[in-house]
Amino acid sequence: MDKSGQAYWFAVLKLLAIILGIWFFVAYGLGIIFASALNNIHVGGYPLGFWFAHQGSMYIFIALIFIYAKLMGQLDKKFDVHEQ
Amino acid sequence: MDLQILTYLVVGATFALYIGIAVWARAGSTSDFYVAGGGVHPVTNGMATAADWMSAASFISMAGLISNMGYGGGLFLMGWTGGYVLMACLLAPYLRKFGKFTVPAFVADRYYSKTAAAVAVICLLTMSITYIIGQMTGVGVTFSRFLGVSNEMGIYLGMGIVFCYAVFGGMKGITYTQVAQYCVLISAYTIPAIFISFQLTGIPIPQFGLGGTMVGTDVSLLAKLDQVVTDLGFSQYTTALPGSKLNMFVYTISLMIGTAGLPHVIIRFFTVPTVAAARSSAGWALVFIAILYTTAPAVAAMARLNLHATVNTAVMSGGDMFAAESSLKHEDRPAWMKRWEVTGLLKWEDKNGDGRIQYYNDKTTNPTAQANIAAAGWAGNELSVNADIIVLANPEIALLPNWVIALVAAGGVAAALSTAAGLLLAISSAISHDLLKKIWMPDLSEKGELMAGKVAMAGSIVVAGYLGLNPPGFAAGTVALAFGIAASSIFPVLMMGIFNKRMNKEGAIAGMLCGLGITLFYVFAHKGIFFIKGTEYLGLIGGANSFFGITPEAFGTIGALVNFGTAYVVSKFTPAPPEHIQKLVEDVRTPRGSKAISGAH
Repeated sequence: MDKSGQAYWFAVLKLLAIILGIWFFVAYGLGIIFASALNNIHVGGYPLGFWFAHQGSMYIFIALIFIYAKLMGQLDKKFDVHEQ
Repeated sequence: MDLQILTYLVVGATFALYIGIAVWARAGSTSDFYVAGGGVHPVTNGMATAADWMSAASFISMAGLISNMGYGGGLFLMGWTGGYVLMACLLAPYLRKFGKFTVPAFVADRYYSKTAAAVAVICLLTMSITYIIGQMTGVGVTFSRFLGVSNEMGIYLGMGIVFCYAVFGGMKGITYTQVAQYCVLISAYTIPAIFISFQLTGIPIPQFGLGGTMVGTDVSLLAKLDQVVTDLGFSQYTTALPGSKLNMFVYTISLMIGTAGLPHVIIRFFTVPTVAAARSSAGWALVFIAILYTTAPAVAAMARLNLHATVNTAVMSGGDMFAAESSLKHEDRPAWMKRWEVTGLLKWEDKNGDGRIQYYNDKTTNPTAQANIAAAGWAGNELSVNADIIVLANPEIALLPNWVIALVAAGGVAAALSTAAGLLLAISSAISHDLLKKIWMPDLSEKGELMAGKVAMAGSIVVAGYLGLNPPGFAAGTVALAFGIAASSIFPVLMMGIFNKRMNKEGAIAGMLCGLGITLFYVFAHKGIFFIKGTEYLGLIGGANSFFGITPEAFGTIGALVNFGTAYVVSKFTPAPPEHIQKLVEDVRTPRGSKAISGAH
């Protein structure tokens, strides 16, 4: 792999680390580990920890995929490896 | 109109719709249907993927399990949606660039080994058969209710219908038929939820209704539910855990990486036009899946509340639930209970001989509940409701119009048939193409391959049906076992194939075998060898859930760790993969030069 190729792959891994970091924090942090603490906060009739496990995490997953797809598209263009 | 006739009509009409679209799409394809170059639009593909993905487990079983489990049931919601993030980020675009059409074909090329491919086929078959057992459980529930027969009879009839459907096969794989199936599924799921949410909270959108307050009061629905179930001795709905936090944690991971390693879902992303489309396709699929998945918790909580309100009049009035006259008289029970009694999935046993139905947790350790129960003279829980009937019975419990009940039956039938048929096709192609043609008998004729596929299909239906009669759990629980198997065997080998250039065939084979082996060992200890009742060997592993309290459904995470670890160590002590394989992996990592995949077998 040439220099630019390595830089591209490094940038991809960095983006993946950020996306999956958020993914992990939302599902496992907010939805499970800190759920009991968050349950003291209520949003409407929802205890917040319960809301993250039963609703919120899924909305964030969707947003994450589209953000990832968009940022990857920009990376591809920047390193000139996008499809023609 | 009579409910039974109406149900037949609605189910019949939806089938006519699917067949009609299949015929129309075939005719259209000769002109400019697929030829237009761009292929199927990502949004359309997302809808079709969603229909493919949402099976009897999602549609019929999941909300019922959440209804029983409360907060802990969120592991199904997060697990089965969070996996799409992993798939979009780690697998789909790279596998698309690799340009192979099946998982064993990828393994064969990347690991330059037929043995590795054969091991991948074994993993895939073990996973698919387990998955189908879960589907057959759901099929049994649907058909027993739909035709008004016992659950066993429902499974036998379902086996026959699934077989015809899969062998006939015409409807499968036509994107627009799946779009229609998705529309039927999603309306069958959301329409009753909208009705019920409006009845209970005055808010028509279930996702908001679940966070709303009960009509005419200022108590929130969840607080009301928490109070009712705790009083009756159950765990508090919004905090109930499945065993422990650790178990919920690893269970969720197992479902997520299992989702990302699920062969029949990954395949869908092989066929999108570009690498960029593979990334966003997963997002669109998740949008359509999430419409059902964010409705499910509302269905679950509201069905639970309605069920308690049906058998205990004090639930809604706020009176004393333990007063003798609060419990429903058995002879006054609503028609839907009688209908489900026929299937054997809902049972009543008058333990205290008062002719009324008492429904509560008789194993409670809550001292207040224990005292109330003793004072009321209740002699044990009298009603058993199979979790798999909750979604199908939900509109009946809420006394919704007959056309809604019929629509839900049509949705259940569509969900059960489409995924079961899809899996059977995956099994038959794995055996006939990947195993027989590619590895054992290279000179097998096209006709022989087709024949072998059909025999494999018939065989797996019989096996799955037989095991479905004595299922290892509720439909969604059994399906979760299949995800654990995918998590421990298929996901690691795919991921390492892309992200670890140094990974060689020795590492991959050892990883798959160890991951699959240890997972099956733990699962079979609980559920019997190959899920045959009576062959459990819990003593050997020191009792149920002996590994840090982790349930067999959640064990896939441990299997995956073993797989990664073994593969890494073995690959360190064996020769690196050949130069051209390392070049291939580098090439897979960039989108440029992706080719349309042709020659789909």
